[in-house]
Formats: sequence, structure tokens, C-alpha cells
Amino acid sequence: MKRAGFDTLSLPVLLLLPQLVIIAVFFYWPTIVALQSSFYLQDPFGFGSTFVGLQNYADLFSSREYRKIAWFTVTFSILVTFFSLAIALVLAVKADKVLRGAKTYRTLLMWVYAVAPPVAGFIAVIMFNQSWGPLTEFFGVFGHTYMVGVNFNDTAFAMILASVWKQVPVNFIFFLSGLQSIPRSVREAAMIDNRSATSRFWDVTFPLLAPTGFFLLIINITYSLFDTFGIVDTVVKGEPGNNPMTLVYKVYVDGFRGNDLGGSSAQSVILMVLVLALTIFQFRLIERRIHYT
Amino acid sequence: MPRIKLAGVAAALAMSAPAYAQTEIELWHAMGGALGETVNQIAEDFNASQDDVVLTPVFKGTYEETLTAGIAAFRAGEQPNIIQVFDAGAATVIGAEGATIPVQDLLADNGVAFDIEDYISGVRYFYADSDGKMIGMPFNSSSPIMYYNVDALEAAGVTPPATWEEFQETTAPALAEAGYIPLAQSHLPWIFTENFMSRHNLPFATNNNGYDGLDTQILVNNDAIKAHFTAVTEWQERGYFEWYGTGWGDNQTPFEEGKVAIWLGSSGSFGGLAQKDLGFDFSATYLPYWEAVTTEPKQTFIGGAALFAMSGKSDEENAATAKFFDYLASTETQVFWHKETGYVPITEAAYAAAKAEGYYEEQPAAEVGIQQLSLDAGDNTRGYRMGFYVQIRDVMNREYGRILTGETSVDDAFATIEEEANQLLARFAQTQG
Repeated sequence: MKRAGFDTLSLPVLLLLPQLVIIAVFFYWPTIVALQSSFYLQDPFGFGSTFVGLQNYADLFSSREYRKIAWFTVTFSILVTFFSLAIALVLAVKADKVLRGAKTYRTLLMWVYAVAPPVAGFIAVIMFNQSWGPLTEFFGVFGHTYMVGVNFNDTAFAMILASVWKQVPVNFIFFLSGLQSIPRSVREAAMIDNRSATSRFWDVTFPLLAPTGFFLLIINITYSLFDTFGIVDTVVKGEPGNNPMTLVYKVYVDGFRGNDLGGSSAQSVILMVLVLALTIFQFRLIERRIHYT
Repeated sequence: MPRIKLAGVAAALAMSAPAYAQTEIELWHAMGGALGETVNQIAEDFNASQDDVVLTPVFKGTYEETLTAGIAAFRAGEQPNIIQVFDAGAATVIGAEGATIPVQDLLADNGVAFDIEDYISGVRYFYADSDGKMIGMPFNSSSPIMYYNVDALEAAGVTPPATWEEFQETTAPALAEAGYIPLAQSHLPWIFTENFMSRHNLPFATNNNGYDGLDTQILVNNDAIKAHFTAVTEWQERGYFEWYGTGWGDNQTPFEEGKVAIWLGSSGSFGGLAQKDLGFDFSATYLPYWEAVTTEPKQTFIGGAALFAMSGKSDEENAATAKFFDYLASTETQVFWHKETGYVPITEAAYAAAKAEGYYEEQPAAEVGIQQLSLDAGDNTRGYRMGFYVQIRDVMNREYGRILTGETSVDDAFATIEEEANQLLARFAQTQG
């Protein structure tokens, strides 16, 4: 069979050019600048600068605080990813079975999707207000004086709760469509073989949902690493203090609040390497093992 | 691009009815809410007062966001004529010589009379260089003062404490007995660190508090301040002090709700408090001091922010900026700004005018900030100049939070602050190389 193709090289290049320009201007250029400025310490206004080699990186890796923040980010991401996926899966499986009023039920579960992260954070701030927040009062019933912004764990819990709440609907939509794409015949066959709904779920439904699940896993890890920025920012009210923060927020604090361009560039580069590793992991390992039907 | 520019010029021409050319200048500021409206009012009044200059104020978010926006704009060659920079960002903007025109030079070059002695002593040199030349025009100047709930103090049968010893031995036990949380504050680095040093006349950093060089070391790890924080943790245990987190408002709210009897805030908080219906009378007085540290307490220095004239503008626009600064420092504008917001007037003349009007007889608490800024000066009351100070404050906030939640000890916290602050200062010195 003859492959369809272009006769000359100029036309395909021309057609690709707009996309290439966008990638170059918005991705490669900033990346190169970030990489370059991570080797310098420079005056924010651009007057003086000193080449410091790897010092920005060395300072980060030797900083106790940076390691603490990295450790918190890992814990935070695992918790947010796990709970967002688990809760969404339970809801999707249950919603899939609802017959009466299914549409209303699903819509109600989905609409939080439209809430922007800073708004989600703001809702958490209101719910956990120190003097009259409903959730603060709720915990008060159990004798726990809930103090967002004072107690590290209380603040971390508020961030995790808001992040999970915001992400569940996205996962729910994907899981639900995943469930609905499982062929009826397979389910019916399973029903004949096994009477227990629980083991039917783990043996048949769950493996068939795996492609959706792994796709969501990557999406949720990147969400908890990067998109939770708005939630973290609103919960700490722009003043990190002794509150927990994630690596991305630290980039902002040092670069945009503190005007330490070299240090925050080095942090961005570290995050970029992390994302690169995640992407390779996704393509190399997962895509190879998961079979999409 | 040229087409858009032409269209813009055409539109501008169509709109500017008067035949003479007006100079347009821009001011980027961080004054939100009611303060922003007051800034807009000043701009409108200035524009109405003369025909040559049109000033447009633009709100840019928090202090940090405003500074960052200004820096980004400067690097792109799109900087405003005037930018408001806060105390902690002073080293960044003053360190970048060539980014701004010293206000003293700007005024002199444009024939505006300037005498630094016209400014009240506490605001004179904070935004000056090591030779005492004023670089930034002090704008919204405030100082931390002690607000108290008059009803609460009366109920407890005490008077506002002059010293921390008095607070600890007399005031706090009585207030706690009367059912109040005796003390809260809104900004630990500003009130319990920077101004602690000033009030007790202790050196905050080497190199004349950082004004004379870049190889500065912070001197925060000293016995006096450690004793203060040790006392604060003891007060916290005994129920004499409560900390509601790093946020300013979280600590102010309990005072407004009448739960906290004494609150350390900004003299600039006065306008906001006076407008609210608090349900109790409040007043204010000087920040207490430790008699064990000094028997001669000094003035505090200003917080808030200053206006800087950015470089790279035409002579015509610079002349317009000078004109606005002249208007801003005028007695009438300063009195208006002072009464509207609670920030201190920056000139002696404006202070005298407000006094002559009898303003302080009505509102005695509004005078406390100026009086405190006009107390005796010492070697260490002028201010401080440290690079990456925003991050140093973040480190302080973090460690103080850890002290007050029992995660670390006072000694460890101050050792960490000293270590990390000195690292940041060394890094800043390298950026200036």
C-alpha cells in the first residue's frame, strides 16, 4: 500500500509552524530562561547578577525546610490522590446502579467540578473560620479546638479536605463513563458465574476500569502537586508562617513574594524534572501494561 | 502593532478636548478597600487642583504583588512613574540603584523646596540611603501601638500597662480574672522583633542595622528578645496571651469581638476600628517595654510603605511626578490622609495643623502613633535595611509559629532564624555583585 504523503518538505513544515512557534515561545523559551537563571543570583530589577553554578541547588538540598516541604508535598499528594480516587470510585459505582432520578443525582455530584481552586480554598476558610466556622464548631463538639492557621495538622487537614472535595467530581465523571463502557454481556456473564457483588467488582469491574484508573492516577498526582496552589494560597491567606505548604507554593513564595529569582528558578527546574519523570513513568510503564479496549 | 498604537493615539486625541498637552503619570499602589478609595480621592483632588498633570492610580494587589509587578514592568520597560514599596521591600528597591530616582534629587531638580527636617523624626530616615538622603517619599506611615478595650480595663480595675513587667504582674492577672484574654498581637516580626529592637534601642543588624553595607549579619539572636519570647510563651500558658496564627485579621477579630482586652496593631488600624460599631470604647497608647532591658525606651520606627519615582521616564513626566509629591506632602493633603485612614501625617506642619484643629481632643488615640514616632531617638531607631527581608520575615513567622505551638524551643527558633537570615543576606549580597 502506498503511504499518503507530501511531495515537498515545505508544506508540512508550514502547516506545523504555528504549533511549533507556540510550543517554542510558551514552553521551550521559559524553560531555557528558568534553567539559565537557576545558575545565577540576580538582582530582581536586572542590574547585578553573579554566576553561582550549582549553589542554588546545593542551598535547596541542604535546607532542612525545603526537605520538610518536599516531604509534606509527597504526603499531601498521596492522601489527596488516594481519597479523591477512592471516594469518586465508590460514588460512581453507586451512581451507576441508581435507576430513578439518576440524572439529577449525577448532576449534583458533578457540579463541584465548576468550582475554581481559590474558591474551594475560600470555602474551606469559611467552613474552618476560627470563631464561627461550622466545621470548627463540629470538631469542638468532640472537644478538639480546631485552629486553622495555628495548628499545622489542622491547617493541613483543611487543605486536603478542600482539595479532595474539589477533585472528586472530575474523577467521578471519568469513572462513571468508564463503568458505562464495560460491555453489558461481560457483566451478565459475571453475574452468572458469581453471586457476590463485592467479588464481582474486584474480579471483573475493577480490572476493566484499570485504564481509566491509571489515567486518573496521573491526572490526580499532577493535580495535587500543581493545581492545589489556589487552595493552599487561600487557606494560608498568602502568609505561609508555620503552616504547611507544597513545593509549587514555595516557588511562588520565594520567587514572587521574595524576589529570589535564582532560588525559585532552581525549584522550578526540580519540579520540571519531577514532571518529566512522571511522564516517562506514565508512557513507559503504565501505557505498556494497560490494555485499552 | 503599529496599527493598534495609531488607533490608541487617535482615540486619545479624540478624547482630550483641551488644546494644551497634559502629562499623564501612573501610580501603582497596594491600598485596597477604603484605603484605595482615599488614594483615588487624593488623585482626583490633585488632578482637579491643576491643569498640567493627570495622575492615574492603579491598584496592584498586596504589597508583595505590587513590588513584583513593578519589577516585571521595569524589566520590560513599562514601569509606572511611581510605585509604592513597603518597609520589607525597601532594601530590594533601594539596592537596585538606577531603578529609582531618589525623591530628594527629583524634587531638587524640579525646583521643589525640600528640607528633610520638615518630616517628623520617625519617618525621616527609614527610606533614606546611608548618607541620609531620602530615596523614597514616606506615604502610608504607621507604627505598632497598643489598643485597649476601655470597658475591659475598667472592669478589671487596671490602667494600660507602660511596661511588660506591669502587664505581667498587674494588668494580665486582673484582666484574666475579669474573664478576658488579656493580650493578642497581629504581626510578630514587625511588633515583637523589629520594633522591639527600636523601642529598646538594640542593634538589629551589623553595618549600622544594614544601612552601611551588604555583608550584613542579623543580630536577632540576643538575650533580650529571647527573654521576651520566653515570657510570651509563659503568658500563653497562663492564659495571658493568645496567638491566632500569622494572619493579621485573625488576631484583630477577637479584639473587635471583645474577647481580647489589649491588642497590638498598627496606628493605621485606627481609621478602620473607629468606623466599626464595636460595642465598647477603645483607646490606644505606646507599645510597652521591658524595664529590665532599658529604663529609657525610645521611639519606634515606621511600617507601611513609601512612594518611589521610577527611572527611565522623560523629564516632563519626572517633573509631573515631582509636582504630585509636592502636592502629597502638602499640609492639607497630609491632614486629609491622616484623618481618613489613621496613618500618621509625615510632616511636622501637618501634625501641627491637625492638632490646631482640635482633632486629637476628639480622637486622642489617633495621636498615639505620631507621639510614639516622635519619642527620643537612639542609635538603632532609624530603621533597618536588609535584603531578601520578605523571606527573612517569612522565616521569623514560621519559627515564631512553631514556638507558640510548642514545636520548637525559643533558643532553637532564634538559632534557626539567625542561621537562615544570614544565609539569605549572603545570597542577597551576591545578587548585587
